[in-house]
This record gives sequence, structure tokens and C-alpha cells, in this order.
Amino acid sequence: MRRIDEDILEVRRLILKMGAMIEERLEMALGALVEKDERKAQMVIESDDKIDQLELEIDRISRNMIVLKQPAAKDLRFVFTAIKITTDLERIGDLLVNIGERVLEIVNEPPLKPYVDLPRMAEQVRKMIRRSLDAFFEGDAVLAQSVIADDQFVDDLNIQVFRELLTYMMEDPKNIRKALALSSIAKSLERVGDHTTNIAEMIVFMVQGKDIRHAPHEKGE
Amino acid sequence: MMNGRVSIRVEGLNFFYGKKQALFGVSMEIYRNQITALIGPSGCGKSTFLKVLNRMHELVPGARAEGRVMIEGADIYNNGVDVAQLRKNVGMVFQKANPFPKSIYDNVAFGPKLHGVRGARDLDAIVEDSLRRAGLFDEVKDRLREPALGLSGGQQQRLCIARALAVGPKILLLDEPASALDPIATAKLEELIQDLKSSYTIVIVTHNMQQAARCSDSTAFFYIGRLIEYDKTEAIFVTPAKKETEDYITGKFG
Repeated sequence: MRRIDEDILEVRRLILKMGAMIEERLEMALGALVEKDERKAQMVIESDDKIDQLELEIDRISRNMIVLKQPAAKDLRFVFTAIKITTDLERIGDLLVNIGERVLEIVNEPPLKPYVDLPRMAEQVRKMIRRSLDAFFEGDAVLAQSVIADDQFVDDLNIQVFRELLTYMMEDPKNIRKALALSSIAKSLERVGDHTTNIAEMIVFMVQGKDIRHAPHEKGE
Repeated sequence: MMNGRVSIRVEGLNFFYGKKQALFGVSMEIYRNQITALIGPSGCGKSTFLKVLNRMHELVPGARAEGRVMIEGADIYNNGVDVAQLRKNVGMVFQKANPFPKSIYDNVAFGPKLHGVRGARDLDAIVEDSLRRAGLFDEVKDRLREPALGLSGGQQQRLCIARALAVGPKILLLDEPASALDPIATAKLEELIQDLKSSYTIVIVTHNMQQAARCSDSTAFFYIGRLIEYDKTEAIFVTPAKKETEDYITGKFG
């Protein structure tokens, strides 16, 4: 084993750990909303610190790798990708905090309506995160591409949720506060999807050396 | 992929040391005013390739080249090519600085004298100009008559570059020019090479991949006598196309 491989394995392990924590917190955040569980929302907010610490640790190892091991080619693309996707994962963590905070605002009141689309959105982005981490682990560019394609569904759901909430707000101004909180949650989930798409794009770069960001995506497979 | 004005065009080059073949069908174009790095493990043929570019290998008994090497449009293996003239055009600097046991001045003036420059003023001008181009003049101007062997290793290597430049070459071949230098002298030499590229075509053989990455525009990777991959340096070091290249630059060889 080359000396750089130890660092690569460690960074890989920490990113997967970060991803697993994100997934878990995403489920917890939506659980808090649907089950009206204040404690869960609180846990989502408090556990963000662990994500931040992982970011710092991954950055530290990556930084050292660049100067001490001078990675090239595949190794360079790995470390560059690791640094970039860690930033996106950390941002996803922050968005989950936002969701937790919005949940706390409305958790003790009767729901505006049964939640259908928000859990669906959350499940979709959770799957996207999972698949992008699998793609990262396996070095699977095709899987990463499929994550990018799936983001459209999240965007569509966000618009759908917003339209629906708009009708509730027009019906009765008393609904506005709750509707805005829910719309903010939808927007956060949509942003999680965007960050996950960034991650998937970086994985394609890592595997194929092809930078597909800011280029029209090939939709569908 | 790469473009520029071609300075050196090599076509189907095979090379033999006696019966042992050292290069296999190498074809590549090297561009003017660019720094081209040749990398690869020991014995891959990169130094041999460099020597073929000014027929330096002819000093080795039994060495033989097949194929075409065009420099600035002319085949250097044609009958009637004046080797002295060729080497005036294609200068070479070696791994170990090898100044003549003469004064600094005489080292630089040696080539021009050999090629018929006689006037003291002309020689003075050439010596100063060459030393300036090699970034050495200010350091040695007060001791031009002192022995070149009294200079530091880095200065000696730059003196060898000045000596090569004194005969007005178009192409400069550098065979691991920094391998015996400390990091500061290496940095100076790399800076010098950058300064020189606007006037010359530079080909550098190096074992130090970081050096190739730092100072070249294009990089060619050689492996067991074959040119495996040749591309912009950025592409070779970030997104190499061939597995052999990838393995070599990520240290998976040997």
C-alpha cells in the first residue's frame, strides 16, 4: 500500500460517516414534522456540531495530503472531490438545522393538512444522498449521473408544494405562518437536492476526469 | 489537443544499442517556445530520445537510430548534415554541471571561438549576453577571469546553460539539469527555463515529477522504450488517459 492510500481510506471513511449522519438526521427532521416530535427536531439541531467537526477533520487530512503526499491524477481528483463534496455535505447539515427550526415553530399546533409531498421529497433526496455516497464509494459515474437526473423530481415537488400552500394562504390568512414554515422546509429540501447534485457532479469528475458542472445535463438514461 | 509551431518532428523512431532496442516507433512533435518535459522510470528511453535530437548518441559505439528526426524542417540524419552545426543549433546541458577547467569567461567564449568569432569586443558582448540570459551575469561580472570550478553547483549549471546559449541555439536539451542542485538553486534554474522559453524550444528530461508539473507546458511519458502518452502537462497530471501514465505518476510503479 502506498502511504497516500492510508489518507485516502481515512477520508473516504469520514465522508461516508458524514453522509450516513446526514441521512439519519434528514429522516429525523421529517420524523419530527410528521410525528410532531419536538425532541427529534431538537436533536437534529444539536447534532449539527458533529457534522461540522467531520468537515474540519476531512479538510485537515486533505490539506496535509496535498502538501505531504503531492497527489496526482486519480489521487488528485479524489482529494479535490473530497474537499468539494465535504463542503456540500456540511451545507446540507446546515439546511437540516433550518428544517429543524421551522419544525419547532409549528410542532405544537395542529397541522395545516396531512403531509404527503414533503415526506416524499425528503425520501427522494435521502435516496439521492445515499446513491451519491454509493457512487463515491464504488467510483461509479453512471450511478452518480442518475442522481443528477433525479433532482428534477425534487424541483417539481417543491413547486407543487408551494402552489398548494399558496391556496391555503389565500383561503385564510391565519394559515400564512404555518404555510410559510412548510414552504421553507420544502425549499430547504430542494436545496439539499441541489447540493447532492453538486456532489454527484464531482463524483463524475473524480471517476472520469470530466467536468460536467455548468453544462447542460443529459437527462434520463 | 496541443498546438503551436512545430520545432522538432520525430517520426517512427527506433533506436538500438547494439542488438538491444531502446526506443520503439516513437513519433512526436515538439513545439517552439514551449517547455516539453520527458518523464518515465529509469531505462524508459527518455534520455536516449533526448540524445537522438542532436545525434549525441553517435559517441556511443554500436548505437544506431532509425526513423526521421526533423528539426526546423530539416532531417538531421540526412547525409551531409554537419554535426557541429547541428549541435550549435541544438544545445545540451547535462545532469552534472561540467564546466571546462578554465575561467568563467573562457567557458562561455569557447563555443563562439570554435565557430570562428575572433574579435575581443564581439566575444565580450556574446559572453555578457549569454551570462545575462542564463541569469548569472550579476553574480559573476567581477570575477569573469576566475576559474569556473570555483562557482557553486547551481552557478556552474547556469554557466553550462550560458555556454550552450553562446553559440546561438534554437533548441535547448536539458538532461536532468537540476538533479544535483539544492532547492534554491533548483528554483532559480526553473525560473531561468521559464524566462528562456520565449526565445527557445526547450526539452527537459526529469526524474522529478513535481518539477515536470511545475515547469513544463507539455509532458511526454515514456515507458520501456515507448511513448505512452503525450499531452498538455495539466492533462497528464490531472486526467491522464492511459493507465500506465496514471500508475507512474501516482507512484504505483516498481
